[in-house]
Amino acid sequence: MFSYIVKRILAAIATVLLVMTITFFLMNAIPGSPFLTEKSTPQQIELANEKYGLNEPYIIQLKNYVVNYFKGDLGVSLKMQEGADVGTIIFGQNKFLISIKLGLLSLLTSIILGIPLGCYAAYHRGSWIDGLLRVITTVGVAVPTFVLAAVLLIVFAVKLGWLPTLSGSLDNPLAYIMPVISLAFYDICYIAKLTRTSMLDAINQDYIRTAKAKGVKNKWIVLKHALRNSLIPVVTFLGPLTAGIITGSFVVETTFSIPGLGKYFVESVLNRDYPIIMATTVLLASLVIFMNLVVDIVYKFIDPRITYTSKEA
Amino acid sequence: MEQKGNLLEIKNLKVSFFTPAGEVKAVDDISYNMGYNEVMGIVGESGSGKSVEAYSVIGLLQNPGKVTGGSIIFEGEDILAYNEEEMRKFRGNKVSMIFQNPMTCLNPVYTIGNQLIEALTCHDKSISKEDARKRSIEMLEKVGINNAEKRMEQYPHEFSGGMRQRAMIAMALICKPKLLIADEPTTALDVTIQAQILEVMKDLQKQENTSIIFITHNLGVVAEMCDKVSVMYAGKIVEQGDVDDIFYKPAHPYTKGLLESMPRLDAVEHERLIPIEGTPIDLLNPPQGCNFGPRCKSCMKICLSKKPPVADLGKGHISACWLHFMKKEEEVK
Repeated sequence: MFSYIVKRILAAIATVLLVMTITFFLMNAIPGSPFLTEKSTPQQIELANEKYGLNEPYIIQLKNYVVNYFKGDLGVSLKMQEGADVGTIIFGQNKFLISIKLGLLSLLTSIILGIPLGCYAAYHRGSWIDGLLRVITTVGVAVPTFVLAAVLLIVFAVKLGWLPTLSGSLDNPLAYIMPVISLAFYDICYIAKLTRTSMLDAINQDYIRTAKAKGVKNKWIVLKHALRNSLIPVVTFLGPLTAGIITGSFVVETTFSIPGLGKYFVESVLNRDYPIIMATTVLLASLVIFMNLVVDIVYKFIDPRITYTSKEA
Repeated sequence: MEQKGNLLEIKNLKVSFFTPAGEVKAVDDISYNMGYNEVMGIVGESGSGKSVEAYSVIGLLQNPGKVTGGSIIFEGEDILAYNEEEMRKFRGNKVSMIFQNPMTCLNPVYTIGNQLIEALTCHDKSISKEDARKRSIEMLEKVGINNAEKRMEQYPHEFSGGMRQRAMIAMALICKPKLLIADEPTTALDVTIQAQILEVMKDLQKQENTSIIFITHNLGVVAEMCDKVSVMYAGKIVEQGDVDDIFYKPAHPYTKGLLESMPRLDAVEHERLIPIEGTPIDLLNPPQGCNFGPRCKSCMKICLSKKPPVADLGKGHISACWLHFMKKEEEVK
């Protein structure tokens, strides 16, 4: 187990390096420059390029990024907050924190609602509740986030006035309700569908019949014997979901004017603010890699048949 | 301890599956009694209703299967009248079951110990953890699993097929049930393991005084294990009697056919096995006469138009075939 984790961490570092390289070449492939405005003269641009080392050969620039990242230096913003340290912008100005908070709340909501709904639908398969849930979940995975976010805003904030529109003051817990619902709704539906399917599969297994023959209560047959066996596909989905919820919050953050990372990420691309693009990409890539590692470790706790070392396999 | 009377009385039991194509009478009017400490074999080919009949005794019939008539009396109580909770308390406690495929019958994500202890605690809430553990280890030792203490902590995938079936038997017998239903418990195992499992079952049956309903299509296993045998064909018991009667004096043509199609050690060299020609009937459209009629070598005109009555051949040996009645008429003449 330990050597497995070490191996995975080494592989993760290699992956991040690869992501950095690809991101570097992609962002340099975009035409334009961070310093290009209507007023800027070629001399000014040349000077700025000189100042930030953008005249160096690509390979040297890439090397500088990598070396500085290992030192913990994420560089400075070229345009959006000129001269400010990128690390401070992302971590210091609460951008990352806000996105993470929003993301985790949505993740929790989708797990807490999705799994029980899926179980319920599977257990009452064919009932009207199952039918209703199927309609809702199908709609849920089909409706785009921005539509849902807009509808929520119009209904609950504008027409009814129950919830605050502007999330400028995120200290107010009410301000989180709409963004979290918009962000989590797709995942609630998807997890519910996934749980229902794998639950139905588990319920028809021989060991469920054994549990019944033993005289185990129905409740425990579902909660103990079927649920744990049906969780693996759900957990698999949770890895990319977590990353998706944090990156995917751009639409929601824009709609609800939340100053989070998702919004900042897209703005940085539009502004060609290279160090910020690089920093946010690396951060999100690391998140995805980390979540996948967590998922792989959680597998072991759910299903003891899974082994990690090549020797045992 | 010898107990008198019948442990299980099945009277005119009928089980049907209601499919979109129509009603399938999987078990059609069968009756038998079982005493305490008795091993009864139920043999028949696939689809003859032997498993369905057993599942209805333990209340595990799955949709769309339903008991449509008759009664199942267990120690004087009609279990068909039980509600869900009473049925749950009955299952595993008074009657338990082991299944055909030990590879899939244990939950892969819980330890053997956990599953054994669960079998105990879901019927006896007052039992302490240590006692349940102790009982489980004892039980594993009884079914011949060495190193039981260590084995308790292992998962099903760390057990071989034979070991898993042993664990299943331990789990089934841990609450000391009066009746064990064994649904083809050795079919999925290889021959040497089969013999070991049968040995374990035989020993435990004597130790614990458990009655066993042994469902199988292996006549060798029946001869080895059982006191009584019921032969089923297309949802009906066609012949029933002591194991010796069935093997040495088979009365029904279907039983004879089964015995002829079985390889024997004492056969003459190059002797051919005789198969039963034809295929089982379509239970959606059962024939008017004897179910076995279309495949029977001794089929007569009456067999195709009327269901045969049951003939009592003495000492509990019964056979449902017109031949017995024809013989009597001939004797009278």
